Amino acid sequence: MLPSARATLMAALDAGWADPQRLYTEARRARALLDQARELLADGLGVRPPEVSFLPGGPAALRAGLEGLRYAGRRRGARMVATAVEHSAILTTGRYHAVQADNPLLFAEVGVDRVGRVDLPAFEDAISIPGTVLAAVQSANGEIGTRQPLERAHELCRTHGIPLFVDAIASLGRDPTPEHFDVLAGDARSWGGPAGLGVLVVPERTRWRRPGPTSEVEQGRTDVEPVVAVALAAAEAWRQTRANRENEAARSSAIIARLRAAAADLHDVDVVGDADDRLPHVLTFSLLYVDGEALVIELDRRGFAVGSGSACTSNTLEPSHVLAAIGGLTHGNVRITLPLNAIAPTLEGDVDRFITELPDAVAVVRSQLGASGL
Amino acid sequence: MNEIEVDARGLRCPLPVIRLAAAAQDAPAGTRIVVLTSDPAARHDIPAWCRMRDHELIEITQESDPTYLRFVVVIRSQPSNAAGGGSGSARSSRAT
Repeated sequence: MLPSARATLMAALDAGWADPQRLYTEARRARALLDQARELLADGLGVRPPEVSFLPGGPAALRAGLEGLRYAGRRRGARMVATAVEHSAILTTGRYHAVQADNPLLFAEVGVDRVGRVDLPAFEDAISIPGTVLAAVQSANGEIGTRQPLERAHELCRTHGIPLFVDAIASLGRDPTPEHFDVLAGDARSWGGPAGLGVLVVPERTRWRRPGPTSEVEQGRTDVEPVVAVALAAAEAWRQTRANRENEAARSSAIIARLRAAAADLHDVDVVGDADDRLPHVLTFSLLYVDGEALVIELDRRGFAVGSGSACTSNTLEPSHVLAAIGGLTHGNVRITLPLNAIAPTLEGDVDRFITELPDAVAVVRSQLGASGL
Repeated sequence: MNEIEVDARGLRCPLPVIRLAAAAQDAPAGTRIVVLTSDPAARHDIPAWCRMRDHELIEITQESDPTYLRFVVVIRSQPSNAAGGGSGSARSSRAT
């Protein structure tokens, strides 16, 4: 979290503790603070404040966005279309409905190319099938960085009368805000805000309806009251991240370019994702004959926090569905997400050290598996 | 034609690919390597290994009872310095 967002959170816990639905002075102050947070985010997202709802986290916003579009379209059908590299909250929801209805046609996963970009002709085929009620396409992939052609996807959706749901979790605050969507979801953590705050944008023009009993909370789009201080901290983080976005993107891109070159210099490496049309701050690569879990631990021992999409680093035996969808190597996977400058001011020096130490860390882990000369 | 079987059932990633690579190390071009594996990651990683090392994957079959996968790989050619830690022609890096 950004230091300024943390300060806002602590201050707002004192000022905005009351229930914004009530009428006494403290409650009205809490309501005013919540409205202020909503206005700031709506302005940044290019929409009107009533179109923005706060939900408990990004994945909750993704599920709610999907369910509301599906329910609103229930008289036309129940079929949903998503790219194969969408967030698991979308894929598991889609698969769940198809399994419940015992009809695999109710959820279509559209394939992607080797860099993870959606196959648009296949996408158009999928949304043109009668009974389709929504299509989900992310703005960019948070794991491999590849951006999706949202403008073109939205054109196709309009032609076929299908609403486009855009998961912007990976890109909000890092890339320009998407303009081509019918419903949009985000997560405050992506722009340096606190955990536990998702944003769901439902423009007035979009037919969206939450299944279940009606709710008075957040324009009826959830039944969980947002924590005022958390929303305010998210808005403060957004203000700061948005003001610095261009500088931040230039700095991140330069660092990622160096890391990408260093990764490509390793032996037996698969560097994945689009090299240019990509998020500025993420990089993923996989190494042959490397145990992903062992490499994450070896790097952690040296003071570097990286993620991994390898099966051995997850609770299941399944590797990252994104790596699988692009035909990438799934073992020995390293996923780097650069923190914002205000969170990690010494990043350049840390990256220098990472680039120096990475080859040795890889060699150590390979030799543990007796895979040194392969 | 030479045929080698690698039974990697019960082993988890990256061990099935390491066993395959070890079997491929001294195999002449044209050798068929049959790999048996129960690791779900191998479904993606054996094709990726073939692409990175320029060998040919000719068959993937799902066997049942118990469930495992059977891959047939044909070794195309050997890198000149496979024992040297994989530099030069053994190196397969890709930055698309």
